[in-house]
Amino acid sequence: MSENYVLTAKGLVKRFGRVVALDHADFELKPGEILAVIGDNGAGKSTLIKAISGAIAPDDGEIHLDGQRVQFSSPMAARQAGIETVYQNLALSPALSIADNMFMGREIRVAGPLGSVFKMLDKRKMESFARQKLSELGLMTIQNIRQPIETLSGGQRQGVAVARAAAFGSRVVILDEPTAALGVKESRKVLDLILGLRERGLPVVLISHNMPHVFEVADRIHIHRLGRRAALIKPQDYSMSDAVAIMTGAMAPPEEMAA
Amino acid sequence: MSQSDKSAQTFESGLEGSQSEVAKFDEPARSPLKSLQHALHVNPALIPLIILVLSVAGFGIILGGRFFSPFSLTLILQQVSIVGIVAVAQTLVILTKGIDLSVGAIMVLSSVVMGQFTFRYGLPPEIAILCGFAVGALCGLVNGVLVAIVRLPPFIVTLGMWQIVLASNFLYSRNETIRAQDIESNAPLLQFFGESIRAGGAVLTYGVIAMIVLAALFSYILNNTAWGRHVYAVGDDADAAQLAGVRVKRTLISVYVLSGLICALAGWVLIGRIGSVSPTAGQFTNIESITAVVIGGISLFGGRGSIVGALFGALIVGVFGLGLRLMGTDPQWTFLLIGVLIIGAVALDQWIRRISA
Amino acid sequence: MKKTLLASACGALLAGLLASPAVSQDTVLACLITKTDTNPFFVKMKEGAEAKAAELGVQLRSYAGRIDGDHESQVQAIESCIADGASGILLTASDTSSIVSSVRQAREAGILVIALDTPLDPIDAADATFATDNFLAGELIGQWARATLGEEGENARIAFLNLTPAQPTVDVLRNQGFMSGFGIDVGNPDVIGDETDPRIVGHDITNGNEEGGRTAMENLLQRDPTINVVHTINEPAAAGAYEALRAVGRENDVLIVSVDGGCPGVLNVRDGVIGATSQQYPLQMAALGIEAIAQYAADGTLPEPTPGKDFFDTGVQLVTDAPVGGVPSIDTEEGLDLCWG
Repeated sequence: MSENYVLTAKGLVKRFGRVVALDHADFELKPGEILAVIGDNGAGKSTLIKAISGAIAPDDGEIHLDGQRVQFSSPMAARQAGIETVYQNLALSPALSIADNMFMGREIRVAGPLGSVFKMLDKRKMESFARQKLSELGLMTIQNIRQPIETLSGGQRQGVAVARAAAFGSRVVILDEPTAALGVKESRKVLDLILGLRERGLPVVLISHNMPHVFEVADRIHIHRLGRRAALIKPQDYSMSDAVAIMTGAMAPPEEMAA
Repeated sequence: MSQSDKSAQTFESGLEGSQSEVAKFDEPARSPLKSLQHALHVNPALIPLIILVLSVAGFGIILGGRFFSPFSLTLILQQVSIVGIVAVAQTLVILTKGIDLSVGAIMVLSSVVMGQFTFRYGLPPEIAILCGFAVGALCGLVNGVLVAIVRLPPFIVTLGMWQIVLASNFLYSRNETIRAQDIESNAPLLQFFGESIRAGGAVLTYGVIAMIVLAALFSYILNNTAWGRHVYAVGDDADAAQLAGVRVKRTLISVYVLSGLICALAGWVLIGRIGSVSPTAGQFTNIESITAVVIGGISLFGGRGSIVGALFGALIVGVFGLGLRLMGTDPQWTFLLIGVLIIGAVALDQWIRRISA
Repeated sequence: MKKTLLASACGALLAGLLASPAVSQDTVLACLITKTDTNPFFVKMKEGAEAKAAELGVQLRSYAGRIDGDHESQVQAIESCIADGASGILLTASDTSSIVSSVRQAREAGILVIALDTPLDPIDAADATFATDNFLAGELIGQWARATLGEEGENARIAFLNLTPAQPTVDVLRNQGFMSGFGIDVGNPDVIGDETDPRIVGHDITNGNEEGGRTAMENLLQRDPTINVVHTINEPAAAGAYEALRAVGRENDVLIVSVDGGCPGVLNVRDGVIGATSQQYPLQMAALGIEAIAQYAADGTLPEPTPGKDFFDTGVQLVTDAPVGGVPSIDTEEGLDLCWG
C-alpha cells in the first residue's frame, strides 16, 4: 500500500511524562496532494508534525518515506531526506539577505582553490538561484535579492521561506500555520503559493486553524483528536462545521476513515 | 469546486481587482531620512567612518602638523593596535549576541605564559608562544562550551572566566614582571610585533600590521564564507538558524575559541608594545574592546555590524585620545567624549533596528 | 566610569569572599587593607605584616580591592574588621578622602587605624600614618636630575608621567617634590598643573603601568619631541616610557627618573633604562604598623609621628649608579638587597 503514498506514519506514540501526545497515530500523504491537518489545541497535531519532520523522535511507530523506513535524528536529517518544513516562525534571520537565508546551512562555494582553500562563497550563483526560485513561485519583481528579510512584509517573508523549502529538491513540504500571522490580502497570496507548489507536483502538508483556507486548498483533511487521527475527509463531502464538530468531538467520526 | 469551497472564497471577494501579483517585492519610495536609515542599515560602519574622518580632519585643523603627520597618524595606529586586535575577537562574540568580558585577562595570561615558559622553564620562545596560543584557545573553549552546551548566559560565563583567568595569571606569574632588557637579550622573538617598518615619518609596527591583516582576514571570513554567515545568523536568531540547518553549538564554540586565539595574539603583540611581560597589563582591555565595538556600530543584540566598524571604533577612541592630549586638555575629557559616543552609537543602533518594525 | 563598572561587577563576588568569622577575645586581631593584592608593592607589604604578626602572635586578616581605585571593597573590608572586633587596621586607601567616614566609624569602635603608604585626606583622619615621604622621594630624583644635567638644566624639557586623572596624594607629592628638587616653582603644592615654568612640556597619566607609560610618553613626545627629562610615577610607567623613547631612537639622551625601588625597577636602573629611582620600604611600613597595633592592644599607646613631620617616615633612599654631589644615594647593588617585588 505504501507505494501509493509519499509519506506514511503508522502507530506513532509519543509520551511526555504522563501526557500521551500521540496515541498510535496514523498519517498518509499522497503524491501531489495538499493534505490539511487540523485539530484542536492540545490534540497532538504539532507533535505529529514534529515527529514527521524529525524535531522529536517518536517512542513507537514507523515512518516511511517513498516506501523506505526512515528514522530522523534531527530536522536536518529529515531535510536531507527531502522533508522540508516551514516553521511558524519561518526560521529566517531578519538581518540577513534573502539569498543568505535561502542558502543558510547549504551554501555554495566557488569552484577551485578559492572555494576549497579559502572557503569563498559563490554569492553570484546563490543570488541568481534564489532569484530564479522566487520567480518560479511567482514571487516576481524582486529588485534586490540582497534585501534583508526584515525589510519584507509578512507575506513576502512567508514567500521566501516557502521558496527555500521548495527550492532544494524536496519531496514533501510541511507548512505550519502559514497564514496565521497574515492579513487577508497576504493570506491570499500565500494560498496561491501553496497551490503553486501542488501545480509543480510537490505534496504539501498544511497545518492550519483557518477552516476557510483549509477547505479552499486542501485535497484531503486529516482531523486530529486526542493524539490520533479521528477522521480523514474530503472537503467536498463535509461542511466546515462538520469538520469542526469532528475535531471537537461533538460529532462521531465517519466510518470510512481511510478515505 | 464544491459548495463549501465557493463559500470559502466569497469573503475574499473584496480582494478582486486588487493587485494580483504574488508577494511583490517593491522598493517603496523613501524619504531622505528613510534612505539614510536604510544606508546605515545596509552598512553600519558608515557612521563610525564618518566620525573618524571628521575627527581626524577636526584635530588636523586645530593642531596642524603635530597631529596631521604620518608619524602622529601611525602613532594612533600603534596605540590602538592591542585594543584593535582584541576588538576583532570581541566583534565575533558580540555578533553571536554574546559578550566576552574575559578577553583582556586571556590576553594577559597568554602573554605571561609566553614569557614565563621561556624564562622559567627555558623553553624555546617558539614553543612558549605556541603554548600561549594554546592557553588562549583553551580559555576560549571553556567559555564556548559553557555558553553553547551548558547554555549559561555569556555575560555570566565570561564574568566568571575573567576572574578565574586573571587570578590564575597573578598566581602563576607571582606578580613578576619580565623586563624588556631580559627579553631583548634572551628571547627577542617575544618582541617580534614591536619591530617596525618606517617610511618617511610613518612608523608601522608589526603589531599594527597584524591588526590590519587580522581585521581584513575576518572581514573576508565573515562576509564570504558559510561560517561567517552562520555567525551572523546565530546572533540574529539562534533558533531560526538552528532550524535552517546551522550547527549553532559548533558555531558558538568556534567563535569563543577563535576569540581566545585572537586574544593570545594580542598578548604577543602586547609584549612587543610594552617590551616587557607584565601581569598587571590590560586591566581595562575588555571594557575598551567593548567600547570600540559599540562605537563601531556593532549591535550588542547580535547579528549586525562588521569588523571594519570595530576597527573604526578603536581608531576613533585613539584619535580622540591623542588629539585631546595634544590639545592639553584634562584626560577626563577623553572619557567624557567616549561616553557620549557610546551612548550615541547605541541610540543609533536602536534607531536603525527600528527599520524592521 | 570604568572603575564603577568593574567595582559593581566585582562587588558581589568580593562581598562573599570577605565574610569572615569572629575571633576569640584574647588574641590581638589586626587587619591589613591594601589597594590591590596584585601589585608587588602590596604583596611585599603583606609579607612584612605576616612575618611581624607571626612573630608577635598577632592574628592578621588581609583584604584588598580588586583594582587600584576599588573604594567599595575597602569600605566593606573596614566594616568586616569592625564586626570582627579588630584592635587595629593598616590601610592603604584607594580613595583617600571618601574612606574617611568609614575610618571614623572604626576609630569610634576603638580601633587603631594606621594609614600605610598613602596618607588620608586629611592626614589626621587616621591615628597615625606610616609612609614614605613621597615629597622627599620626588625631591631626591628632582635634585639628582638637576645635578646630572648641570648647565643644561636651565633649558631642560620635562615630561611628567603621573598616575591617574584624580591626582591622588601620592601623585601630587612625588610630582611636586620632583619640581621642588629640580628648582621649579610649584605654585600651589597641592595641585599638579598650575606651574608656569616653561621647561615643563606637560603632564599625562599612566595608570602606573607599562602600556599607560608608553602611550603617555608617545603623547607628550608629540607635543614636544625635544623632551630630555621624564619624571615617572613608578617604575612600570618608566619602563613603558623607555619603550616609547626607544621607538623614536631617543632612549640614550633622555633622563628618566622614577619612584618605588622594586626589584625590576632597580635592575632597570642598573641597565641604564632609569637614571635614578627613589626606593621605598613597604615591608618596613607594614612591620612597624603591626608592632604599633600590638603595642596599642597591650597598653593603649598611640604611635608617634617622626619629629617635624605629620607622619611616621619609614625612609626613602635614592638608588643610582651615577651619584652626584650633594644628593645622598646608594648604588644598585645595595638597592637590589633592599628591593621588593
